[in-house]
Amino acid sequence: MENQNPVPTVIPKVLVLRPPPVFPFFEPRYSDKFQFLKAWESPIPTEEFLETHAASVAALLTCGFNRITPDILRRLPSLRLIVTTSAGLDHIDLPECRRRGIAVADAGSVFSEDVADAAVGLLLDVLRRVSAAGRYVRAGLWPLNGDYPLGTKLGGKRVGIIGLGNIGLEVAKRLEAFGCFISYTSRTKKASVSFPFYQSAIELAAYCDILVICCMLTDQTRHMVNKEVLKALGKEGVVINIARGGVIDEKELVRCLVEGEIAGAGLDVFEREPEVPKELFTLDNVVLSPHCAVLTEEAVGDLCELLAANLEAFFSNKPLISQVAT
Amino acid sequence: MEDIGVLLRFPAMPYLDQELDKHFKLFRFWDVSENEKEAFLRKNSGSIRAVVGNASAGADAELIDSLPNLEIVACFSVGLDKVDLDKCKEKGIRVTNTPDVLTDDVADLAIGLILATMRRICESDRFVRSGKWKKGDFKLTTKFTGKSVGIIGLGRIGLAIAMRAEAFGCPISYHSRSPKPDLKYKYYPSVVELASNCRILVVACALTEETHHIVNQKVIDALGPKGVLINIARGPLVDESELVSALVDGRLGGAGLDVFEHEPVVPEELFGLDNVVLTPHIGSGTVETRMAMADLVLGNLKAHFSSRPLLTPVV
Repeated sequence: MENQNPVPTVIPKVLVLRPPPVFPFFEPRYSDKFQFLKAWESPIPTEEFLETHAASVAALLTCGFNRITPDILRRLPSLRLIVTTSAGLDHIDLPECRRRGIAVADAGSVFSEDVADAAVGLLLDVLRRVSAAGRYVRAGLWPLNGDYPLGTKLGGKRVGIIGLGNIGLEVAKRLEAFGCFISYTSRTKKASVSFPFYQSAIELAAYCDILVICCMLTDQTRHMVNKEVLKALGKEGVVINIARGGVIDEKELVRCLVEGEIAGAGLDVFEREPEVPKELFTLDNVVLSPHCAVLTEEAVGDLCELLAANLEAFFSNKPLISQVAT
Repeated sequence: MEDIGVLLRFPAMPYLDQELDKHFKLFRFWDVSENEKEAFLRKNSGSIRAVVGNASAGADAELIDSLPNLEIVACFSVGLDKVDLDKCKEKGIRVTNTPDVLTDDVADLAIGLILATMRRICESDRFVRSGKWKKGDFKLTTKFTGKSVGIIGLGRIGLAIAMRAEAFGCPISYHSRSPKPDLKYKYYPSVVELASNCRILVVACALTEETHHIVNQKVIDALGPKGVLINIARGPLVDESELVSALVDGRLGGAGLDVFEHEPVVPEELFGLDNVVLTPHIGSGTVETRMAMADLVLGNLKAHFSSRPLLTPVV
């Protein structure tokens, strides 16, 4: 007898613990391709949810604020793929993934340009007081009080990049065009790059006028920019952070800014987002942004395409697009 | 040189004021009230042999006529729109400005304004300071890298802007009085065509009679609801009331403005718009650059009055 009913295509399941910031854009575009198991929508605790509903799930979509611990992995015996929407990997226990044969794919360099643009934008704003001068105009002070105080020239400044990965390199390329002199520190010296290399953040800070933090957050980099590094950077120094809040000793940074120990900061990330130290709100030499360096229409679009491409590749047994070494 | 009268048209930074005062007989004309200016000039015009002007006040025909012994106008700016150049030529009065030393800072600010406008940096700073981040995420903004940039005026500053934008992967096009065949950028013979073919339009040309309101309604319409206008040149290059209504209506995507038609007055309709970035004419406003500009003004004056060649003569 001929089969009148077509075999229904099985839509593969993808587990989501808590929605990544990009999920509201991703889900509607791909809900016909993937069935999303939304752990956060269930009234039962996550561990129980995983045990009850996720035993057969092969793929997990996650982001920076979901810690993927051995405990979680233990409850996902069929898991073979983790796709993270971040470029950082500090939230995933990579050795445990390797032990379990779970492949990991990240966001690759899909938003490196946007993040680099944000870093340069923050730096220009801090040095040239774009936001502060804008407040001055909008408060009607220009006709009353005359010219706005002078800012600081960017050209000729020594910029130290902490972490010369995709993002760090894009920042370097841009700032060179402004006449900045680039040097860096990184886990290892990069043979393909001619910028001067410094072994440590403190040596880099001693030499440079501006530090741009572009590294991943790891046990080694946590609070790497500490009291000694900020002191080495000095009173004319500026810090730009578009990486992770945890790389800086935030309390110490705030103290230095309030007491004039460094000249300014541009910060897109903080230790306990969305909490931001209130002492910074009254400072004109600080520019703050709500972890949005990646949040452009274009980056979100490109990221959604990349996430889908990785998931589709996995489910068709093809090589992943942006697999990371575990 | 202490008896050489120098008429200062604006409140200068301490360094410049002190040096002028030290070397010349300094008349702080900016400090004289409007109704006393005429009497002041009548009393002192005989000894005034130099005028130091800036972007707001220079030497127009009326002032030049009232200073019979005027020999040199030294501008604390690269723009010369506040100086009657024809009159100076006619009377053999020298004119100097401050080119090159401010090129980098002005170009840097142009890019800073583009990023602030497209990436909503000032608005996102307000978002954090007001506590709104605790209630939800900021909105999506627009990527800058790779967007087409059109530059009106490809002089020193225009070229410096182009070089920086190229590092962001932006295709560059331009309009100027004549095409520059040595450059690899695309030339458009009119500003409207340029505006129709770029996403970000940067005004970087000199203000003259010909370029007044060069960015008019047609140009603004051509730039359109996704377009961004950046002005770091002179306010009167843009038809400001057209610009304001286009921004308020949403017919233009956004604007980053450092200069205005009637500084320091800025149209208040712009204050509430989050797609507009406003700065109070700070293009050359860094300590380093203003010192260099001051040194050029002083150097030009000293050179003239010791019969040495001028450093940066225009006329």
